[in-house]
Amino acid sequence: MGEVRVRDLDVRFGDRSVLDGVSLDARSGELVSIIGPSGCGKSTLFNVLAGLVEPDGGSVLVDGSPATASTFAYMPQKDLLFPWRTVLDNTALGLEIAGVGRREARKRAEPLFEPFGLTGFETARPSELSGGMRQRAALLRTVVQGREVLLLDEPFGALDSLTRTGMQEWLEGMRSRYGWTVLLITHDIREAVFLADRVVVLGPRPARVRAVVDIGLPRPRELASAAAAAREAELLALLRA
Amino acid sequence: MVHRPLPGSDALSTGVAARSVTHDPGVAAEPVVRRGGRWRRVVPSLVVVAVLVGIWQWAVTAFDVRPQVLPSPLRVVEQGWLFRDALWTNTVPTVQVTAVGFAVSLVVAWVLAVVVDFSPWLRRALLPLLVASQTIPIIAVAPLLIIWFGFGLLPKVVVIALVTFFPVAIGLIEGFSSADREASNLVRSMGAGRWKEFRYLRLPAAMPSFFTALRIGITYAVTGAVFAEYVGARAGLGIFMNLQKNSFRTDLVLAAVLVTAAISVALFGLTFLVQRIAMPWYAAERRRG
Repeated sequence: MGEVRVRDLDVRFGDRSVLDGVSLDARSGELVSIIGPSGCGKSTLFNVLAGLVEPDGGSVLVDGSPATASTFAYMPQKDLLFPWRTVLDNTALGLEIAGVGRREARKRAEPLFEPFGLTGFETARPSELSGGMRQRAALLRTVVQGREVLLLDEPFGALDSLTRTGMQEWLEGMRSRYGWTVLLITHDIREAVFLADRVVVLGPRPARVRAVVDIGLPRPRELASAAAAAREAELLALLRA
Repeated sequence: MVHRPLPGSDALSTGVAARSVTHDPGVAAEPVVRRGGRWRRVVPSLVVVAVLVGIWQWAVTAFDVRPQVLPSPLRVVEQGWLFRDALWTNTVPTVQVTAVGFAVSLVVAWVLAVVVDFSPWLRRALLPLLVASQTIPIIAVAPLLIIWFGFGLLPKVVVIALVTFFPVAIGLIEGFSSADREASNLVRSMGAGRWKEFRYLRLPAAMPSFFTALRIGITYAVTGAVFAEYVGARAGLGIFMNLQKNSFRTDLVLAAVLVTAAISVALFGLTFLVQRIAMPWYAAERRRG
């Protein structure tokens, strides 16, 4: 479930090429991280996968069949929790839009509040949550849609480093518990080394895949280890090349 | 009241979404619920009113001004109380006309704003017309409306709607498009089409700016009604003022003005109440900043 094959994706805005033959793979239950210079087209790649941008060429297969608009669950950089909805209703938003009744949508989101560390905040307003909690609520809203693959666009980019480290460890635990297939955009090389099975390095615009690095370290990972430091150095060198 | 300053109207004539109606701090002042806070908020304006009225009373007595020119505030209140029956029978039709006129105005504003939000073509077609409608010199057109539609409800409703639909429509149009672009990407990635994007995102996102616009509109509604009656009516505060002015009863004109002001303030306050019920999340959101 959730095996992704992206092949030769091309996107042009006018005569400007943004994605130039991007291919990548993710096996079921893998976390594949995508890194690259700012503005290289990482977000455009996600917009294509989320069905927001029509590609000019290439294909996206999930479990062997072409991806549809409801294959990928998309979590944007900002948490975008709506102030007019309670936390529970925010997390149920995707289900409601998909046509699930409000009561049923709430019933499906509610059991996830405990593993997501949000128990007791069901009826709270988003403004009452801390930064880390807001991101967890946004991730819950993404996960509860029950789609095959999660697209996380810099989910922890706006958090302070202490909270970010905690969230990375938490995500690592949740992923091994639920077996999600995840594509993760990040600017943070250490985050990629800590979380990813494989890291796809994109070059500057138009984005082409420069290299795919297998992290291949045992989990849970120790970032202070020499092997992790070597992976970091390798990725940094690839980015700067 | 014919050429009132309107935030955002000039920026709009270029077709670019103007920002200023949204969250105008002067208009959207929020009643604070902390204990004693409500009073502390009202006290400064009461003090200012008391001082001004005091100066007025003193000046009228000190310079021995004739009441036909400027009656003292005490005399205004006194005569207003003596003529309370006449004031009341003329207040009722004014409030009725205001209510009907503003209701029509709200319907027109909502229909226009939603249509414009759904169709970029109609947006480009209609927005210049909306702006143009605000350049109509109502003072010149109002008598014509009476020639066309008689002394009944219709000409007054038209005047009120003409005066008030614009700020409300603009507030709504800008409110709808104030929705975060990335948020609209998010709901579209969840499978929302244009209608669901409107229902789940653009409509609720527009509520704060709608209520700001509603407050601007409703304060014009009462003056609009009085103005429409002034030009011609069988009953109402406007025609009452006109008649009293003609018989040099300045005190009664001012008493009627006082009633008008009281109605406006009451309606203004009412919008906060409705807002509290319609979007309870907003006050809490603002308190947290």
